[in-house]
Amino acid sequence: MSATIGTLDRARHRLTPSGYVICMRGVMWREALRFVHQRGRFIAALVRPLVWLVIFAAGWREVLGVSIMPPYHTYILYSTYVVPGLLAMIQFFYGMQSSLSMVYDREMGNMRVLLVSPFPRWFLLVSRLTASTVISVIQCYAFLVLAWLWGVDLPGTGWISVLPALILGGFMLGAMGMVLSSMVRQLENFAGVMNFVIFPMFFASSALYPLWQVQQASPILYQACLLNPFTYAVELCRFCLYSTLEPVSLAVVFGCTVVFTAAAILAYDPARGLMARRPRPGA
Amino acid sequence: MDGPGIAALTAQATVAGSADLDVTPALCVEAVSHAYGERRALVDVSLSVPRGGFVALLGLNGAGKTTLFSLVTRLFDTRHGRISVQGFDVSRHPSAALAELGVVFQARTLDLDITVRDNLLYHAALHGMGGQRARARAAAVLDDVGLADRARDKARVLSGGQMRRVEIARALVHEPSVLVLDEPTVGLDVASKASIVEQVRTQARTRGVAVLWATHLLDEIEPGDHVVVLHHGRVLAAGEMSEIVTATGATDLRAAFRSLTGAAVPAPDTAEDSA
Repeated sequence: MSATIGTLDRARHRLTPSGYVICMRGVMWREALRFVHQRGRFIAALVRPLVWLVIFAAGWREVLGVSIMPPYHTYILYSTYVVPGLLAMIQFFYGMQSSLSMVYDREMGNMRVLLVSPFPRWFLLVSRLTASTVISVIQCYAFLVLAWLWGVDLPGTGWISVLPALILGGFMLGAMGMVLSSMVRQLENFAGVMNFVIFPMFFASSALYPLWQVQQASPILYQACLLNPFTYAVELCRFCLYSTLEPVSLAVVFGCTVVFTAAAILAYDPARGLMARRPRPGA
Repeated sequence: MDGPGIAALTAQATVAGSADLDVTPALCVEAVSHAYGERRALVDVSLSVPRGGFVALLGLNGAGKTTLFSLVTRLFDTRHGRISVQGFDVSRHPSAALAELGVVFQARTLDLDITVRDNLLYHAALHGMGGQRARARAAAVLDDVGLADRARDKARVLSGGQMRRVEIARALVHEPSVLVLDEPTVGLDVASKASIVEQVRTQARTRGVAVLWATHLLDEIEPGDHVVVLHHGRVLAAGEMSEIVTATGATDLRAAFRSLTGAAVPAPDTAEDSA
């Protein structure tokens, strides 16, 4: 009996607030190490939006004029318009990549190491989500520097005021990827999900074109854009970059973050989630 | 062997085995069943591992060993039956139970891109252990498995046998009371296999760690070991190796296993080490 009590004390000792901090720090540290060791991922994450900014936006700037519309107070170049969309794209791709690594981890078994930790499952997943959000925010700022060097006009205060939007957007998109990763059994299937989720969500949003222009071109596509949470992540970034709060976008992004995070926690819950219903190889 | 005969043997062997067990087993699995849809992977499985005990879970591929491990480690929820670690119900007190559990999965689970030491420190952090204590424990367990000099190497450059030893070290870094290993020697050469078995037995003998060792390889089982024979999700026999052999009227464990399951045990794995 005394041994049991001793064990209980030990377990409680480890699950102290400092234990939680150590655990979250460990998860973030591992994500950071992985990020540092995979420099190609970092470069690819920057090259992708730069291609859009330097090539795509340069081509379109003469064709597509962006009229005065909130949060802009004057006519802007297309390259300025597209920056918030590309910031959200970085986060979107990183969220999906992080989920991809979760599928990889699950196949390779690393995910199991995380899931057999004594800390609550929700805490482990939120730690993982926090880690991927921090990395995606760093990538966003690296892109902002490159965009500024390229000559994109960005308001000075926007560098700071966009941070909460990037954090919230990173959580939403990371949580969405986490839900998707719980549904995917094999790594190969995830490529299909990327094609069916990333591209439709990215193009059916306000990332590349103002919504009023989308509405003129296709009312159906416009409705799809309004139903797309990615649109609101982009708009939240856009308004925050100009130190303006757009309440509808904030509410939608916040609500979706809560729903996606809850869904991810549920999906990875051994009692109720999708994980519990699948046999493993050799089971 | 017919059904009632198997049941009688199981009951007899369990009673015989239980005489040696501590009052509160370190790991206790009671009447656990699990199904994937209509397919029943485990049916009324019971076993226990005493403190400092070494129990071999013997079964062919598909017997249900990995499912049982998934339940013990709470990757799956136990819906029928009860599993406890050091008296803590895995479903009701998962944190306390998992804090006492060290796990070596069948699949390799090291992060190959980071160093051996970082793998251990990451695992320590997942158990709320950090700072100097974690570094000291990582050094100690690496020393235990004879890999102290490889601490700063990336996991990727290790051989298969060394990776397994690191995984065992990692499973021990948070000082668990119970160590569960799911076919840890599959794919290793004879020397690596023997080394790993011996290191785990040493942990049981000297540190009092309770060990549940899943395998389909008879050469990993010693005469004094408790053996649980799992076949098609059911425990066909449990007890000391000699008891099972005697009860089945066989000459050795291989023949006893064949008699119980109607299936031959695979020959010892002689796969080459990976590096």
